[in-house]
Amino acid sequence: MGPSGCGKSTTLSLIAGLDAPTAGTVTVRGNQVDGITDSAGFLFQRDALLPWKSVRDNVLLPLQLRGVRSDEARTRAAEWIGRVGLRGFEASYPHQLSGGMRKRVSLAQTLVYDPQILLMDEPFSALDVQTRNLMEAELLGLWQGSGKTVIFVTHDLEEAIALADEVVVMTAGPARVKARYDVTLPRPRDIEHVRLDPRFTELYSKMWNDLRDEVLESYARANAAG
Amino acid sequence: MRERTRPVNRWLVTATQIALGIAFLAGWELGVRAGKIDSFFFSSPSQIGATIGNWWHQGYIVKDVVITMWETVLGLIIGGIVGIVLGIVLASNRFLGAVFEPLLVLLNSIPRVTLVPLFILWFGFSLLSKVVSAVVLVLFVVFFATYAGIKDVDPTLVANVRVMGAKPIDIVRHVLVPSALTWIFASLRSAVGFALIGAVVAEYFGASAGVGYRIQYSEAQLNTSGVFGGLAILMVLVTFVDTFIRWVQRRVLVWKPVDL
Repeated sequence: MGPSGCGKSTTLSLIAGLDAPTAGTVTVRGNQVDGITDSAGFLFQRDALLPWKSVRDNVLLPLQLRGVRSDEARTRAAEWIGRVGLRGFEASYPHQLSGGMRKRVSLAQTLVYDPQILLMDEPFSALDVQTRNLMEAELLGLWQGSGKTVIFVTHDLEEAIALADEVVVMTAGPARVKARYDVTLPRPRDIEHVRLDPRFTELYSKMWNDLRDEVLESYARANAAG
Repeated sequence: MRERTRPVNRWLVTATQIALGIAFLAGWELGVRAGKIDSFFFSSPSQIGATIGNWWHQGYIVKDVVITMWETVLGLIIGGIVGIVLGIVLASNRFLGAVFEPLLVLLNSIPRVTLVPLFILWFGFSLLSKVVSAVVLVLFVVFFATYAGIKDVDPTLVANVRVMGAKPIDIVRHVLVPSALTWIFASLRSAVGFALIGAVVAEYFGASAGVGYRIQYSEAQLNTSGVFGGLAILMVLVTFVDTFIRWVQRRVLVWKPVDL
Protein backbone atom coordinates (compact mmCIF):
# COMPACT_ATOMS: atom_id res chain seq x y z
CA MET A 1 0.00 0.00 0.00
CA GLY A 2 1.02 3.58 -0.50
CA PRO A 3 -0.15 6.88 -1.85
CA SER A 4 -0.78 7.34 -5.57
CA GLY A 5 2.36 7.70 -7.64
CA CYS A 6 4.72 6.21 -5.07
CA GLY A 7 5.83 3.43 -7.41
CA LYS A 8 3.71 0.44 -6.43
CA SER A 9 2.84 -0.47 -10.00
CA THR A 10 6.43 0.13 -11.09
CA THR A 11 7.58 -2.34 -8.47
CA LEU A 12 5.26 -4.99 -9.89
CA SER A 13 6.47 -4.27 -13.45
CA LEU A 14 10.05 -4.68 -12.29
CA ILE A 15 9.29 -8.03 -10.68
CA ALA A 16 7.47 -9.21 -13.81
CA GLY A 17 10.36 -8.05 -15.97
CA LEU A 18 8.11 -5.75 -18.02
CA ASP A 19 10.37 -2.82 -17.12
CA ALA A 20 14.10 -2.81 -16.45
CA PRO A 21 15.41 -0.99 -13.37
CA THR A 22 17.39 2.21 -14.04
CA ALA A 23 19.74 1.22 -11.22
CA GLY A 24 20.21 -1.87 -9.09
CA THR A 25 18.90 -5.36 -9.69
CA VAL A 26 15.71 -7.31 -9.06
CA THR A 27 16.01 -10.84 -7.75
CA VAL A 28 13.14 -13.34 -7.88
CA ARG A 29 13.59 -16.69 -6.14
CA GLY A 30 17.36 -16.28 -6.25
CA ASN A 31 17.55 -15.41 -9.93
CA GLN A 32 18.27 -11.96 -11.24
CA VAL A 33 15.41 -10.71 -13.41
CA ASP A 34 16.45 -10.26 -17.02
CA GLY A 35 13.51 -10.21 -19.42
CA ILE A 36 10.12 -11.57 -18.52
CA THR A 37 9.93 -13.51 -15.25
CA ASP A 38 8.64 -16.95 -16.28
CA SER A 39 7.21 -17.83 -12.93
CA ALA A 40 5.08 -14.69 -12.66
CA GLY A 41 1.47 -14.00 -13.53
CA PHE A 42 0.09 -10.47 -13.69
CA LEU A 43 -3.43 -9.25 -13.06
CA PHE A 44 -3.91 -5.68 -14.23
CA GLN A 45 -6.21 -3.01 -12.95
CA ARG A 46 -7.48 -2.31 -16.45
CA ASP A 47 -9.16 -4.86 -18.63
CA ALA A 48 -6.38 -6.83 -20.27
CA LEU A 49 -8.39 -9.56 -21.99
CA LEU A 50 -8.06 -9.63 -25.74
CA PRO A 51 -11.46 -8.35 -26.91
CA TRP A 52 -11.25 -10.31 -30.19
CA LYS A 53 -10.86 -13.67 -28.47
CA SER A 54 -13.62 -15.64 -26.81
CA VAL A 55 -13.38 -16.59 -23.13
CA ARG A 56 -12.01 -19.99 -24.14
CA ASP A 57 -9.38 -18.56 -26.47
CA ASN A 58 -8.31 -15.95 -23.93
CA VAL A 59 -7.70 -18.64 -21.33
CA LEU A 60 -6.01 -20.90 -23.89
CA LEU A 61 -3.62 -18.17 -25.06
CA PRO A 62 -0.94 -18.37 -22.33
CA LEU A 63 -0.81 -22.15 -22.74
CA GLN A 64 -0.39 -21.82 -26.51
CA LEU A 65 2.34 -19.22 -26.01
CA ARG A 66 4.10 -21.58 -23.64
CA GLY A 67 3.90 -24.46 -26.06
CA VAL A 68 1.51 -26.68 -24.11
CA ARG A 69 0.10 -29.49 -26.28
CA SER A 70 -3.31 -28.49 -27.59
CA ASP A 71 -5.40 -31.30 -26.09
CA GLU A 72 -3.85 -30.75 -22.66
CA ALA A 73 -4.26 -26.98 -23.05
CA ARG A 74 -7.97 -27.43 -23.86
CA THR A 75 -8.53 -29.59 -20.81
CA ARG A 76 -6.75 -27.16 -18.50
CA ALA A 77 -8.52 -24.11 -19.94
CA ALA A 78 -11.92 -25.79 -19.57
CA GLU A 79 -11.06 -26.74 -15.99
CA TRP A 80 -10.10 -23.17 -15.04
CA ILE A 81 -13.11 -21.63 -16.75
CA GLY A 82 -15.17 -23.98 -14.58
CA ARG A 83 -13.23 -23.09 -11.43
CA VAL A 84 -13.94 -19.38 -11.80
CA GLY A 85 -17.61 -20.20 -12.35
CA LEU A 86 -17.92 -19.37 -16.04
CA ARG A 87 -18.89 -22.74 -17.48
CA GLY A 88 -21.32 -22.03 -20.30
CA PHE A 89 -19.64 -18.76 -21.24
CA GLU A 90 -16.71 -20.32 -23.15
CA ALA A 91 -17.82 -18.90 -26.49
CA SER A 92 -18.69 -15.41 -25.19
CA TYR A 93 -16.58 -12.39 -26.05
CA PRO A 94 -15.35 -10.07 -23.27
CA HIS A 95 -17.74 -7.24 -24.18
CA GLN A 96 -20.66 -9.57 -23.56
CA LEU A 97 -19.61 -10.13 -19.94
CA SER A 98 -19.95 -7.96 -16.83
CA GLY A 99 -16.91 -6.35 -15.20
CA GLY A 100 -16.82 -9.03 -12.50
CA MET A 101 -17.04 -11.84 -15.05
CA ARG A 102 -14.22 -10.32 -17.06
CA LYS A 103 -12.07 -10.28 -13.92
CA ARG A 104 -12.86 -13.95 -13.42
CA VAL A 105 -11.70 -14.68 -16.96
CA SER A 106 -8.51 -12.69 -16.24
CA LEU A 107 -7.97 -14.76 -13.11
CA ALA A 108 -8.41 -17.99 -15.06
CA GLN A 109 -6.12 -16.69 -17.81
CA THR A 110 -3.40 -15.99 -15.24
CA LEU A 111 -3.81 -19.06 -13.06
CA VAL A 112 -4.15 -21.53 -15.93
CA TYR A 113 -0.38 -21.62 -16.49
CA ASP A 114 0.26 -22.05 -12.79
CA PRO A 115 2.62 -19.12 -12.06
CA GLN A 116 4.34 -19.35 -8.70
CA ILE A 117 4.08 -15.60 -8.14
CA LEU A 118 0.92 -13.62 -8.71
CA LEU A 119 1.36 -9.91 -9.23
CA MET A 120 -1.89 -8.06 -8.79
CA ASP A 121 -2.12 -4.35 -9.50
CA GLU A 122 -5.33 -3.07 -7.90
CA PRO A 123 -7.15 -5.76 -9.84
CA PHE A 124 -10.56 -5.21 -8.26
CA SER A 125 -10.54 -1.44 -7.81
CA ALA A 126 -12.78 -0.78 -10.81
CA LEU A 127 -15.50 -3.11 -9.54
CA ASP A 128 -18.46 -2.15 -7.37
CA VAL A 129 -18.17 -2.96 -3.66
CA GLN A 130 -20.30 -6.13 -3.69
CA THR A 131 -18.53 -7.56 -6.72
CA ARG A 132 -15.18 -6.64 -5.22
CA ASN A 133 -15.94 -8.57 -2.04
CA LEU A 134 -17.05 -11.56 -4.09
CA MET A 135 -13.85 -11.44 -6.11
CA GLU A 136 -11.71 -11.18 -2.97
CA ALA A 137 -13.42 -14.26 -1.57
CA GLU A 138 -12.93 -15.99 -4.91
CA LEU A 139 -9.24 -15.13 -4.94
CA LEU A 140 -8.77 -16.45 -1.40
CA GLY A 141 -10.57 -19.67 -2.34
CA LEU A 142 -8.45 -20.22 -5.44
CA TRP A 143 -5.23 -19.32 -3.67
CA GLN A 144 -5.83 -21.30 -0.48
CA GLY A 145 -3.46 -24.24 -0.35
CA SER A 146 -1.77 -23.44 -3.67
CA GLY A 147 1.42 -22.24 -2.02
CA LYS A 148 1.65 -19.28 -4.42
CA THR A 149 3.13 -15.94 -3.45
CA VAL A 150 0.73 -13.08 -4.13
CA ILE A 151 1.94 -9.50 -4.29
CA PHE A 152 -1.16 -7.37 -4.23
CA VAL A 153 -1.19 -3.60 -4.70
CA THR A 154 -4.22 -1.81 -3.34
CA HIS A 155 -5.47 1.53 -2.08
CA ASP A 156 -8.00 -0.17 0.07
CA LEU A 157 -6.85 -0.82 3.63
CA GLU A 158 -9.67 -3.25 4.34
CA GLU A 159 -8.82 -5.25 1.25
CA ALA A 160 -5.17 -5.33 2.29
CA ILE A 161 -5.86 -6.57 5.79
CA ALA A 162 -8.53 -9.05 4.73
CA LEU A 163 -6.30 -10.72 2.12
CA ALA A 164 -2.71 -10.43 3.30
CA ASP A 165 -0.28 -12.09 5.67
CA GLU A 166 1.93 -9.06 5.55
CA VAL A 167 1.15 -5.47 4.60
CA VAL A 168 3.93 -3.15 3.45
CA VAL A 169 3.22 0.58 3.53
CA MET A 170 5.31 2.71 1.20
CA THR A 171 6.17 6.38 1.53
CA ALA A 172 5.11 9.07 -0.93
CA GLY A 173 7.66 9.02 -3.80
CA PRO A 174 10.50 8.31 -3.85
CA ALA A 175 9.20 5.03 -2.54
CA ARG A 176 10.69 3.69 0.63
CA VAL A 177 9.24 1.05 2.86
CA LYS A 178 7.66 2.98 5.68
CA ALA A 179 6.31 0.13 7.75
CA ARG A 180 5.50 -3.57 7.67
CA TYR A 181 2.62 -5.20 9.47
CA ASP A 182 2.05 -8.87 10.07
CA VAL A 183 -1.58 -9.77 9.74
CA THR A 184 -2.13 -12.65 12.13
CA LEU A 185 -5.81 -13.21 11.41
CA PRO A 186 -6.39 -16.97 11.16
CA ARG A 187 -6.87 -18.75 7.84
CA PRO A 188 -8.92 -19.79 6.03
CA ARG A 189 -10.53 -16.38 6.22
CA ASP A 190 -14.07 -15.42 5.50
CA ILE A 191 -14.07 -12.05 3.76
CA GLU A 192 -17.48 -11.16 5.17
CA HIS A 193 -16.73 -11.89 8.79
CA VAL A 194 -13.05 -11.10 9.09
CA ARG A 195 -13.85 -7.39 9.05
CA LEU A 196 -15.77 -7.75 12.28
CA ASP A 197 -12.82 -9.31 14.10
CA PRO A 198 -11.46 -6.93 16.81
CA ARG A 199 -7.88 -7.61 15.62
CA PHE A 200 -8.97 -6.37 12.21
CA THR A 201 -10.21 -3.02 13.48
CA GLU A 202 -7.18 -2.58 15.72
CA LEU A 203 -4.80 -3.15 12.80
CA TYR A 204 -6.91 -0.91 10.63
CA SER A 205 -6.60 2.15 12.88
CA LYS A 206 -2.88 1.59 13.44
CA MET A 207 -2.17 1.33 9.73
CA TRP A 208 -4.42 4.21 8.82
CA ASN A 209 -2.34 6.48 11.12
CA ASP A 210 0.80 5.64 9.15
CA LEU A 211 -0.84 5.83 5.78
CA ARG A 212 -2.60 9.12 6.45
CA ASP A 213 0.67 11.02 6.81
CA GLU A 214 1.88 9.70 3.47
CA VAL A 215 -1.38 10.43 1.71
CA LEU A 216 -1.39 13.99 3.06
CA GLU A 217 2.23 14.37 2.06
CA SER A 218 1.65 13.27 -1.53
CA TYR A 219 -1.53 15.34 -1.70
CA ALA A 220 0.35 18.45 -0.57
CA ARG A 221 3.08 17.80 -3.14
CA ALA A 222 0.58 17.30 -5.92
CA ASN A 223 -1.08 20.60 -5.02
CA ALA A 224 2.25 22.41 -4.81
CA ALA A 225 3.22 21.04 -8.20
CA GLY A 226 -0.14 21.81 -9.78
CA MET B 1 -25.75 11.60 -24.52
CA ARG B 2 -27.75 8.64 -25.84
CA GLU B 3 -31.10 9.35 -24.27
CA ARG B 4 -33.98 7.55 -25.87
CA THR B 5 -32.23 6.01 -28.82
CA ARG B 6 -35.14 4.34 -30.49
CA PRO B 7 -34.01 2.10 -33.32
CA VAL B 8 -34.64 3.64 -36.73
CA ASN B 9 -37.28 1.89 -38.77
CA ARG B 10 -35.17 0.29 -41.48
CA TRP B 11 -38.08 -0.21 -43.85
CA LEU B 12 -38.92 3.45 -43.56
CA VAL B 13 -35.30 4.39 -44.29
CA THR B 14 -35.16 2.16 -47.37
CA ALA B 15 -38.57 3.31 -48.60
CA THR B 16 -37.56 6.97 -48.20
CA GLN B 17 -34.28 6.36 -50.04
CA ILE B 18 -36.07 4.67 -52.92
CA ALA B 19 -38.70 7.44 -53.03
CA LEU B 20 -35.99 10.13 -53.13
CA GLY B 21 -34.18 8.28 -55.92
CA ILE B 22 -37.36 7.96 -57.96
CA ALA B 23 -38.26 11.61 -57.36
CA PHE B 24 -34.81 12.71 -58.53
CA LEU B 25 -34.91 10.59 -61.69
CA ALA B 26 -38.53 11.52 -62.43
CA GLY B 27 -37.78 15.24 -61.98
CA TRP B 28 -34.82 14.91 -64.32
CA GLU B 29 -36.80 13.01 -66.94
CA LEU B 30 -39.81 15.31 -66.78
CA GLY B 31 -37.56 18.39 -66.87
CA VAL B 32 -36.00 17.14 -70.08
CA ARG B 33 -39.37 16.21 -71.64
CA ALA B 34 -40.81 19.62 -70.74
CA GLY B 35 -37.82 21.26 -72.41
CA LYS B 36 -36.57 22.88 -69.19
CA ILE B 37 -33.38 20.83 -69.17
CA ASP B 38 -31.19 20.55 -72.26
CA SER B 39 -30.74 16.86 -72.94
CA PHE B 40 -27.61 17.49 -75.03
CA PHE B 41 -25.76 18.60 -71.88
CA PHE B 42 -27.59 16.64 -69.22
CA SER B 43 -29.01 13.64 -71.09
CA SER B 44 -31.99 12.02 -69.37
CA PRO B 45 -32.62 8.83 -67.41
CA SER B 46 -34.43 7.21 -70.32
CA GLN B 47 -31.63 8.04 -72.77
CA ILE B 48 -29.02 6.76 -70.28
CA GLY B 49 -31.05 3.59 -69.86
CA ALA B 50 -31.24 3.19 -73.62
CA THR B 51 -27.48 3.66 -73.95
CA ILE B 52 -26.78 1.07 -71.27
CA GLY B 53 -29.25 -1.30 -72.94
CA ASN B 54 -27.48 -0.73 -76.21
CA TRP B 55 -24.09 -1.48 -74.68
CA TRP B 56 -25.53 -4.61 -73.17
CA HIS B 57 -26.73 -5.86 -76.57
CA GLN B 58 -23.39 -5.11 -78.15
CA GLY B 59 -21.66 -7.05 -75.36
CA TYR B 60 -19.66 -4.09 -74.14
CA ILE B 61 -20.90 -4.03 -70.57
CA VAL B 62 -19.80 -7.49 -69.53
CA LYS B 63 -16.43 -6.98 -71.20
CA ASP B 64 -15.86 -3.49 -69.74
CA VAL B 65 -17.05 -4.40 -66.28
CA VAL B 66 -14.93 -7.53 -66.14
CA ILE B 67 -11.82 -5.60 -67.18
CA THR B 68 -12.38 -2.70 -64.78
CA MET B 69 -13.28 -5.01 -61.90
CA TRP B 70 -10.21 -7.12 -62.54
CA GLU B 71 -7.97 -4.03 -62.43
CA THR B 72 -9.74 -2.72 -59.34
CA VAL B 73 -9.61 -6.00 -57.44
CA LEU B 74 -5.95 -6.60 -58.30
CA GLY B 75 -5.12 -3.03 -57.24
CA LEU B 76 -7.07 -3.48 -54.03
CA ILE B 77 -5.42 -6.80 -53.16
CA ILE B 78 -1.86 -5.76 -54.00
CA GLY B 79 -2.19 -2.26 -52.52
CA GLY B 80 -3.95 -3.68 -49.47
CA ILE B 81 -1.32 -6.33 -48.78
CA VAL B 82 1.60 -3.93 -49.29
CA GLY B 83 -0.12 -1.28 -47.14
CA ILE B 84 -0.89 -3.69 -44.31
CA VAL B 85 2.59 -5.24 -44.29
CA LEU B 86 4.29 -1.82 -44.42
CA GLY B 87 1.98 -0.58 -41.66
CA ILE B 88 2.76 -3.54 -39.41
CA VAL B 89 6.51 -3.37 -40.00
CA LEU B 90 6.86 0.40 -39.61
CA ALA B 91 4.54 0.56 -36.59
CA SER B 92 6.16 -2.30 -34.70
CA ASN B 93 9.80 -1.43 -35.47
CA ARG B 94 10.57 2.00 -34.07
CA PHE B 95 13.76 2.54 -36.08
CA LEU B 96 12.20 1.69 -39.44
CA GLY B 97 9.14 3.69 -38.47
CA ALA B 98 11.20 6.78 -37.70
CA VAL B 99 13.08 6.47 -41.00
CA PHE B 100 10.25 5.68 -43.41
CA GLU B 101 7.08 7.16 -41.95
CA PRO B 102 7.98 10.77 -43.01
CA LEU B 103 8.87 9.48 -46.47
CA LEU B 104 5.42 7.92 -46.85
CA VAL B 105 3.78 11.14 -45.67
CA LEU B 106 5.79 12.98 -48.32
CA LEU B 107 4.87 10.52 -51.08
CA ASN B 108 1.25 10.63 -50.00
CA SER B 109 1.17 14.38 -50.64
CA ILE B 110 1.79 13.83 -54.36
CA PRO B 111 -1.47 14.06 -56.31
CA ARG B 112 -1.27 10.51 -57.60
CA VAL B 113 -3.59 11.11 -60.56
CA THR B 114 -0.87 13.20 -62.20
CA LEU B 115 1.37 10.13 -62.18
CA VAL B 116 -1.04 8.06 -64.26
CA PRO B 117 0.31 9.26 -67.66
CA LEU B 118 3.77 8.28 -66.42
CA PHE B 119 2.56 4.79 -65.53
CA ILE B 120 1.11 4.46 -69.00
CA LEU B 121 4.42 5.57 -70.44
CA TRP B 122 6.30 3.04 -68.30
CA PHE B 123 3.92 0.10 -68.38
CA GLY B 124 2.05 0.64 -71.63
CA PHE B 125 -1.70 0.52 -72.36
CA SER B 126 -1.93 -2.90 -70.78
CA LEU B 127 -3.48 -4.10 -67.53
CA LEU B 128 -0.32 -3.34 -65.59
CA SER B 129 -0.52 0.46 -65.82
CA LYS B 130 -4.11 0.38 -64.50
CA VAL B 131 -3.25 -1.92 -61.62
CA VAL B 132 -0.25 0.23 -60.66
CA SER B 133 -2.45 3.34 -60.64
CA ALA B 134 -4.93 1.62 -58.34
CA VAL B 135 -2.14 0.28 -56.11
CA VAL B 136 -0.53 3.67 -55.47
CA LEU B 137 -3.89 5.06 -54.37
CA VAL B 138 -4.90 2.10 -52.21
CA LEU B 139 -1.52 1.54 -50.59
CA PHE B 140 -1.40 4.83 -48.69
CA VAL B 141 -4.95 4.69 -47.40
CA VAL B 142 -4.42 1.19 -46.04
CA PHE B 143 -0.91 1.91 -44.78
CA PHE B 144 -1.92 4.93 -42.69
CA ALA B 145 -4.91 3.11 -41.25
CA THR B 146 -2.82 0.06 -40.29
CA TYR B 147 -0.07 2.26 -38.86
CA ALA B 148 -2.53 4.27 -36.77
CA GLY B 149 -4.39 1.12 -35.74
CA ILE B 150 -1.24 -0.50 -34.39
CA LYS B 151 -0.04 2.67 -32.67
CA ASP B 152 -3.46 2.85 -31.04
CA VAL B 153 -3.14 -0.56 -29.35
CA ASP B 154 -3.79 -0.54 -25.61
CA PRO B 155 -0.36 -1.03 -23.94
CA THR B 156 -2.00 -3.07 -21.16
CA LEU B 157 -2.91 -5.75 -23.71
CA VAL B 158 0.69 -5.94 -24.89
CA ALA B 159 2.01 -6.07 -21.31
CA ASN B 160 -0.49 -8.81 -20.47
CA VAL B 161 0.56 -11.13 -23.29
CA ARG B 162 4.25 -10.40 -22.65
CA VAL B 163 3.93 -11.64 -19.06
CA MET B 164 2.22 -14.77 -20.40
CA GLY B 165 5.34 -15.43 -22.44
CA ALA B 166 4.58 -13.91 -25.86
CA LYS B 167 7.48 -13.38 -28.25
CA PRO B 168 7.43 -10.32 -30.55
CA ILE B 169 5.89 -12.33 -33.39
CA ASP B 170 3.15 -13.57 -31.03
CA ILE B 171 2.40 -9.97 -30.06
CA VAL B 172 2.00 -9.04 -33.72
CA ARG B 173 -0.25 -12.01 -34.38
CA HIS B 174 -2.43 -12.03 -31.28
CA VAL B 175 -2.57 -8.34 -30.38
CA LEU B 176 -1.37 -5.87 -33.01
CA VAL B 177 -3.00 -7.30 -36.12
CA PRO B 178 -6.42 -8.07 -34.59
CA SER B 179 -6.45 -4.66 -32.97
CA ALA B 180 -5.59 -2.95 -36.26
CA LEU B 181 -8.19 -4.97 -38.20
CA THR B 182 -11.01 -2.59 -37.30
CA TRP B 183 -9.05 0.28 -38.80
CA ILE B 184 -7.91 -1.78 -41.76
CA PHE B 185 -11.48 -2.69 -42.67
CA ALA B 186 -12.64 0.88 -42.32
CA SER B 187 -9.84 1.90 -44.68
CA LEU B 188 -10.57 -0.95 -47.12
CA ARG B 189 -14.03 0.41 -47.67
CA SER B 190 -12.67 3.78 -48.78
CA ALA B 191 -9.84 1.99 -50.58
CA VAL B 192 -12.42 0.34 -52.86
CA GLY B 193 -13.35 3.78 -54.14
CA PHE B 194 -9.69 4.69 -54.58
CA ALA B 195 -8.87 1.47 -56.42
CA LEU B 196 -11.69 2.12 -58.82
CA ILE B 197 -10.57 5.74 -59.32
CA GLY B 198 -7.03 4.55 -60.07
CA ALA B 199 -8.23 1.96 -62.57
CA VAL B 200 -10.78 4.18 -64.28
CA VAL B 201 -8.46 7.21 -64.51
CA ALA B 202 -5.76 5.04 -66.08
CA GLU B 203 -8.31 3.67 -68.54
CA TYR B 204 -9.35 7.20 -69.24
CA PHE B 205 -5.81 8.16 -70.20
CA GLY B 206 -5.14 5.24 -72.41
CA ALA B 207 -6.97 1.95 -72.88
CA SER B 208 -8.96 0.00 -75.43
CA ALA B 209 -11.65 -1.30 -73.07
CA GLY B 210 -13.01 -0.85 -69.57
CA VAL B 211 -15.63 1.43 -68.06
CA GLY B 212 -13.19 4.37 -67.92
CA TYR B 213 -12.44 3.90 -71.60
CA ARG B 214 -16.18 3.79 -72.37
CA ILE B 215 -16.70 7.09 -70.52
CA GLN B 216 -13.75 8.75 -72.25
CA TYR B 217 -14.92 7.49 -75.65
CA SER B 218 -18.43 8.85 -75.05
CA GLU B 219 -17.04 12.19 -73.94
CA ALA B 220 -14.95 12.46 -77.08
CA GLN B 221 -18.15 12.11 -79.07
CA LEU B 222 -20.01 14.61 -76.84
CA ASN B 223 -22.30 11.72 -75.89
CA THR B 224 -23.45 12.74 -72.38
CA SER B 225 -25.75 9.70 -72.12
CA GLY B 226 -22.68 7.50 -72.48
CA VAL B 227 -20.80 9.44 -69.78
CA PHE B 228 -23.67 9.14 -67.30
CA GLY B 229 -24.22 5.52 -68.31
CA GLY B 230 -20.58 4.73 -67.48
CA LEU B 231 -20.88 6.53 -64.15
CA ALA B 232 -24.05 4.60 -63.32
CA ILE B 233 -22.21 1.34 -63.98
CA LEU B 234 -19.36 2.46 -61.71
CA MET B 235 -21.81 3.24 -58.91
CA VAL B 236 -23.29 -0.23 -59.13
CA LEU B 237 -19.79 -1.74 -59.10
CA VAL B 238 -18.70 0.17 -55.98
CA THR B 239 -21.91 -0.73 -54.16
CA PHE B 240 -21.34 -4.37 -55.01
CA VAL B 241 -17.71 -4.44 -53.79
CA ASP B 242 -18.56 -2.42 -50.67
CA THR B 243 -21.34 -4.85 -49.76
CA PHE B 244 -18.91 -7.71 -50.15
CA ILE B 245 -16.33 -6.05 -47.87
CA ARG B 246 -18.96 -5.35 -45.22
CA TRP B 247 -20.01 -8.97 -45.41
CA VAL B 248 -16.42 -10.09 -44.75
CA GLN B 249 -16.02 -7.44 -42.05
CA ARG B 250 -19.05 -8.71 -40.13
CA ARG B 251 -17.58 -12.19 -40.14
CA VAL B 252 -14.06 -11.18 -39.15
CA LEU B 253 -15.04 -8.65 -36.50
CA VAL B 254 -17.66 -10.73 -34.69
CA TRP B 255 -16.11 -9.72 -31.38
CA LYS B 256 -17.05 -6.06 -31.83
CA PRO B 257 -19.65 -4.76 -29.39
CA VAL B 258 -21.53 -2.66 -31.95
CA ASP B 259 -22.96 -3.83 -35.22
CA LEU B 260 -21.02 -2.27 -38.04
